[in-house]
Amino acid sequence: MLLHQFQHANKTIKKDTILDAYFKNIFEEIGKGSQFTARFFKEITTTSFEIKEFFWQCFVIGYKSLPLVTITGFIMGLVLTIQSRPTLSKFGAESWLPSMVSLSLIREIAPVITALICAGKIGSGIGAELGSMKVTEQIDAMEVSAINPYKYLVVTRVLATTLMIPILVFYADFIGIFGGYIGYNIHGNISMFRYFTNVLEHLEFLDIFPATIKTFFFGFSIGMIGSYKGFNAENGTESVGKAANSAVVTASLVIFIIDMVAVQITDFLY
Amino acid sequence: MTKEKTLLQETNATPKRESVIEIKNLKKAFGKNAVLKGVTLSVYKGEDLVILGRSGSGKSVTIKCLVGLVVPDNGSMHIFEKDVSQLNHKEWDDVRTRIGFLFQNGALYDSMSVRQNLAFTLTHHTKNLTEAEVTERVIEALENVGLEAAIDKMPAELSGGMRKRVGLARTIIIKPEIILYDEPTTGLDSITSREISELILAVQKKYHTTSMIITHDMACAKLTSNRIVILREGIIHAEGTYLELEKSDDEWVRSFFI
Repeated sequence: MLLHQFQHANKTIKKDTILDAYFKNIFEEIGKGSQFTARFFKEITTTSFEIKEFFWQCFVIGYKSLPLVTITGFIMGLVLTIQSRPTLSKFGAESWLPSMVSLSLIREIAPVITALICAGKIGSGIGAELGSMKVTEQIDAMEVSAINPYKYLVVTRVLATTLMIPILVFYADFIGIFGGYIGYNIHGNISMFRYFTNVLEHLEFLDIFPATIKTFFFGFSIGMIGSYKGFNAENGTESVGKAANSAVVTASLVIFIIDMVAVQITDFLY
Repeated sequence: MTKEKTLLQETNATPKRESVIEIKNLKKAFGKNAVLKGVTLSVYKGEDLVILGRSGSGKSVTIKCLVGLVVPDNGSMHIFEKDVSQLNHKEWDDVRTRIGFLFQNGALYDSMSVRQNLAFTLTHHTKNLTEAEVTERVIEALENVGLEAAIDKMPAELSGGMRKRVGLARTIIIKPEIILYDEPTTGLDSITSREISELILAVQKKYHTTSMIITHDMACAKLTSNRIVILREGIIHAEGTYLELEKSDDEWVRSFFI
């Protein structure tokens, strides 16, 4: 009996210790991440800007993501139209299909799906690139050469993602709406002019504005999380893979959290 | 007289004793593992100091502390008579521009060509250079390491020895007063190792640099050193010229020279 009680107590202590360590790790990570993010605002206001590297990153992040965003945006619009059509037809509201699809895309689906896709492509790319630079001492080489690696590598990438993700989302909105037009014409017949007139008739400024604002936060998070994970990769090539993987998982989670907060704020304000 | 002996005699001449690096009671632990337990060391202007020691004895940590890549737990470090613990970010950068660091694997920026690797460092240090001047300086640095033909190659296309040469060219392009070498011949065959050692010696002579060389390679130590310091378990165990230490009474010290 005594032995059983002792074993039970021992198990409880071990469980508590593991939980303590788990929560300690989480809080440590949040603390370090916050410091890393705070440094961004300090560096951006106090030091000169790496303009060439910034434009290069805009090209890599923005232009090179266009094919992926085109395909996913088109499929989003097409599938949403095809899936929504039977339900709307039942209520005789088929004519609402273009505006419903465009509103869904602009307010929610295109920003979130595009951000998630970019978290996978861009976030993991930044995590892996900086992680690889870290383990091969390239970041140390910059540091000892009196070149600020944070300013050169992190500030430029975070600014590029913050600027490029909203542009990619706008592009995905347009391509998605065009996909909706193609989807509509599979079973129906509508001219492009009438379709887009229908779309624009029901769009308001307040549909576009909050959705655009949140995409800046999505872009900032993708760049910052990718950079943080890569910059803090520990020695060894295994950590490069971990940095890339962790960047995608964390950025995806943060995108959903930002989206939830943004929806609550929009709902409260309007 | 062989070339090696001539070089040895030339380099073993004791230079003027004006210290550029002063390390006092340097301590550093990683968790419970105390790596440096109180290293005290002076490096003099124009001197070529080799640091020997077994793996894990704290050689690389010592030079990484010197450039701020590792923050020591205790002790003081003066570089060019400045206490580095008191320096702000700008002052640190000013000191770093006078120090070159050759990493073990070259640490070349792998997204840039050889030309861009060298130009990147140069243009961040020397403003207002024209493109022609940058190219001229890049070619000059590459000529000094015998690699001008590789100017437009990417790091992935270079062999281990070539990467170290380019790393050295990137270090000397800013004409530093001190160069720290972290195991410059590790992972190379004996012929390439000797070439790199001779290159280090040539750079020392041409640029009149002060050097700290971390190595396990005794041929490199013999060729490049004025003075050798041997680290053992985080403290300096022995100090002297190559010839003095080779004939040391201490069997452990002599074991390096077998």
